[in-house]
Amino acid sequence: MALFLLYPINITLRRGTRWKRGKRGAGSVRGFAPYAESGGGAPGQPEAKLEVVSLSLVNNLINGVSLGSVYAIIALGYTMVYGIAKMLNFAHGDVIMVGAYICFFICSDFGMSPILGILAAVLVCTLLGVLIEQLAYKPLRQVTSLAVLITAIGVSYFLQNAAQLMWTSNPRIFPAIFGSGGIQLIGDLTIPYKTLVTIGACLVIMAGLILFTGKTRTGKAMRACSEDKDAAQLMGINVNRTISITFAIGSALAAVAGVLLCSAYPKLIPTTGSMPGIKAFTAAVFGGIGSIPGAFLGGILLGVIEIFSSAYLSTELANAIVFLVLIVILLVKPTGLLGKKVSEKV
Amino acid sequence: MKRLIIRKKSRKNFITYGVVVAAFIVLASVVSAGAMPSALQGLLVPMCAYIIAAISLNLTVGVLGELSLGHAGFMSVGAFCGATAAMALNGAGVPDWARMAAAVAVGALLAAVAGVVVGVPVLRLRGDYLAIVTLAFGEIIKTVVTNLYVGKDPAGLRVGFLNPDIGLGKGGMMIVNGPNGISGITKISTLTAGFVIILLCLIIIFNLVDSRSGRAIMALRDNRIAAESVGINATQYKLMAFVISAAMAGAAGALYALSQNTVTANKFDFNTSILILVFVVLGGLGNMLGSIVAATVLYILPETWLRQFSDYRMLIYAVVLILMMLITNNAKIRIWMGKLLPHKKEKEGEAHV
Amino acid sequence: MKKRFLALSLALLLVAGCLAACGDNGGSSAAPASTASTAGGGDNGSGAAIKIGGTGPLTGGAAIYGNAAKNGAQIAVDEINALGGLQLELRYEDDVHDPEKAVTAYNTLKDWGMQAFLGSVTSKPAVATSTEANNDHIFFLTPSASSTDVLGGVENPLTETIDIPRKDNIFQMCFVDPNQGSASAQYIYDQKLGTKVAVIYKNDDVYSTGIYNSFAAKAQELGVAIVSTTTFTDDTSTDFSVQIADAKENGADLVFLPMYYEAASMILIQADSVGYKPQWFGVDGMDGILTLDGFNTELAEGVMLLTPFNADSDDEATSKFVSTYKEKFGDVPNQFAADAYDCVWSIYNAIKDEELPEGISASDLCDKLIAKFTSPDFSYDGLTGESMTWDETGAVSKSPKGMVIQGGAYVGLD
Repeated sequence: MALFLLYPINITLRRGTRWKRGKRGAGSVRGFAPYAESGGGAPGQPEAKLEVVSLSLVNNLINGVSLGSVYAIIALGYTMVYGIAKMLNFAHGDVIMVGAYICFFICSDFGMSPILGILAAVLVCTLLGVLIEQLAYKPLRQVTSLAVLITAIGVSYFLQNAAQLMWTSNPRIFPAIFGSGGIQLIGDLTIPYKTLVTIGACLVIMAGLILFTGKTRTGKAMRACSEDKDAAQLMGINVNRTISITFAIGSALAAVAGVLLCSAYPKLIPTTGSMPGIKAFTAAVFGGIGSIPGAFLGGILLGVIEIFSSAYLSTELANAIVFLVLIVILLVKPTGLLGKKVSEKV
Repeated sequence: MKRLIIRKKSRKNFITYGVVVAAFIVLASVVSAGAMPSALQGLLVPMCAYIIAAISLNLTVGVLGELSLGHAGFMSVGAFCGATAAMALNGAGVPDWARMAAAVAVGALLAAVAGVVVGVPVLRLRGDYLAIVTLAFGEIIKTVVTNLYVGKDPAGLRVGFLNPDIGLGKGGMMIVNGPNGISGITKISTLTAGFVIILLCLIIIFNLVDSRSGRAIMALRDNRIAAESVGINATQYKLMAFVISAAMAGAAGALYALSQNTVTANKFDFNTSILILVFVVLGGLGNMLGSIVAATVLYILPETWLRQFSDYRMLIYAVVLILMMLITNNAKIRIWMGKLLPHKKEKEGEAHV
Repeated sequence: MKKRFLALSLALLLVAGCLAACGDNGGSSAAPASTASTAGGGDNGSGAAIKIGGTGPLTGGAAIYGNAAKNGAQIAVDEINALGGLQLELRYEDDVHDPEKAVTAYNTLKDWGMQAFLGSVTSKPAVATSTEANNDHIFFLTPSASSTDVLGGVENPLTETIDIPRKDNIFQMCFVDPNQGSASAQYIYDQKLGTKVAVIYKNDDVYSTGIYNSFAAKAQELGVAIVSTTTFTDDTSTDFSVQIADAKENGADLVFLPMYYEAASMILIQADSVGYKPQWFGVDGMDGILTLDGFNTELAEGVMLLTPFNADSDDEATSKFVSTYKEKFGDVPNQFAADAYDCVWSIYNAIKDEELPEGISASDLCDKLIAKFTSPDFSYDGLTGESMTWDETGAVSKSPKGMVIQGGAYVGLD
């Protein structure tokens, strides 16, 4: 109770615990000690206290990385499409949702193995991505990227509403396809398998994408397109085809992301993909849009910041704090963490 | 030649004014004749608010050439400040139209202040980084307003953050109640007020665009480095356009709030920002009449005509949106339209995103 | 320019279409509306059907609630129409959980010729539509919008003023938020369920904050210690690790979850994965958790909740309703469906013995319904409670049933 005295701003006892001002106030003086202190108010030994503190810190870090790894894997798909096609694909989050539904039906309703589910999701999403690209984005390739942005929003509405009509709005709980346990560290600290799988998948996909864009002909063509479409065209690269391939890859990644998102946070509804999609887009910009390692880094950092700000500052304001940190970082580093500095020409 | 261009421009402006005035006369006479169904009638004032928001965003996106994804944030500031002002004046013997005007003025002013606060850091950034930071500010404004508590009692206004117990005395009244937003607003916005504000905004924008400052702003849009090299102060002019745009969005927000029974912070989220952006892009960047038409159609359509499709309403809306984008941007159709209207050839302004 | 003219011509076309369509609906209210949601009953000689409307989120993130209510009301209308006699016609309009769109939906229903209104399904839109319905004097009985702002007339204890005056024609079928919050606190205190209580609530949601506020006030009054209070919003409703860790580290032995079941299910799953097993305590929004597709009901073992409706009940009316619902819509109904079902039946019961003139106006019907609902001898036995009564405040009087989940089913407490 003494903690409240630190903050004289109109706080009443009834509300006192809502915004953890006390924690932050004391925390700034004694590290993260208030966590231990508020832990039932047990006045433990100093070293025991320290252990609890560092445990909760590590625990929050693990939670942050878990959340961040999900953002990261979505951000990879975002940044891939963005880097090459230079468009904000707002339908990406909804392709994720479709992938998750496909995997859900294969695993849950037909009882087949998760691997088959993921494969089916990848297949369906790739086809869907190519179809969307051909019908809705390709005709607009010559006009401003904003026009495509609006079509992407239309596609996003379409997918959400079609999903609702086909699969109803009742939530489904995605099966824990990677098991519900985890690797136990010390005491209560466990790293869930799903987090490990997600991070592993992120690293594999990242390495794959870097190799693909760096070594293969198609990958090099993609990079050329992202640098300068006209010049790429002059060099004999089929820009249209390259962009279509990018969408196919982006959608396949969305399917994987959908499965991983829903195995970590298993509520599956037709709007499941939209909020993580926006957050992941933020993460991609944070890391430097178009940069593959940047998307990974941005995703992880965003997750950690989100968890830390709700753990140590305020659950009410967590979202605002995340975005505030983003703004500050972008002001210091205006092209994101790992973004290329583009020199401007007149 | 120069005179010709100016004449052409002002002709275009007068067409816009004319369409707005004509639309107002038609709508007002239909309403006063009592021939309008209540579903449509209830949409008119919010429609005006969305039109104002769309033309103000067109100033940022079309004229200034910066993509903003957080425009609803300024509407939110305008809506909450404006409605608070209107409710604080309630019972003080002020006539409704004056309360309405005061609300719009307060909303616009505070949104302009928010525009400065957001604009100074944001306008240093470029392209998508700028877009994402506006998105971030929009989300921050939403979160802050969700946790804001404002009340009035005989001693004046009381404000609290995160804590609903703001020490209201007896006879006091909660105005902004955190996540519950503002309830019990008396609807004092009128169609006339909406059209007057639309006209004012159009006059401001057209005069700005045709002024020295407007040319500086468009020069910055078309080529920032070239513009700066001839001595245009980039920050100053960008901020000017951005703040004017924010103030208009604030006015739109105040108008909107006073046309509703209840307003919450969640209303002005990312989706609303995107909705306004859709109006702007569909109507054509830099094209004010286009924004007005697009906002009208896309706002009215799903709420009235599409309701007959019941479950398929939003699905059809999505398809309509995609088709509209494809058709208005289709090269063949544009050429065909160009042949039909050969004297109307004009290059559309393009934003560099 | 070209773009502009094309857009303009398209616009004119569409606006003309809108006006034409609306004109039709407004002009000839006797013609059956062209929506798929109208009742199949039709007129069979007993005069024109009474038109009942409702708004709810039929699309978007909150669509489960709106669709459930719509389906529940539809079953009631079908049953009533099958009885012969007084016929009802139902139409639900989508409000996407948005007050602005809810008012438009309401106006659309008004143009259709609605005579009684099932209100809006969710609280915030209902605040807006109840104001409109009050101005137009159309009887309003909401299945599930539980905020006190919907009814109005509740005094703010701090200022001793009534911010929103009582809207005399507005009634609720569900518990009002403060009742649930204080009843929960009282129950926890009486049954000594927990000494240290944690609360997780959704702070951008009217329902959740409404219950939390009254719970916290009552808990303080009774001396129940709340050791951890954490929140989430729509944007942060994926990860609950911080909220769970906070409750756990503060040693909470009971966690109160004033929220809807889909968010609560996420909390149960995530708490289980970190091995945190306190006593969980929910409110009526928790109902539906057992029938979530794919949810491991073992996780909900021992969860306590106050709910008026139990889909597993052996009660004849309930099992009939549940089986009809399953047959028609393929899901197990939740409390929203049951509440909407009760709304339609209670309106029917209130007017079935009345002499209703052909094509009675909404306002006249409203007077009759208000008189009936507030009369002391009117009570209604439904799925969500027995002998429910209403008074001038508009709130329903029925007792919440304490339930505990055991072996994947509700078992009555007390």
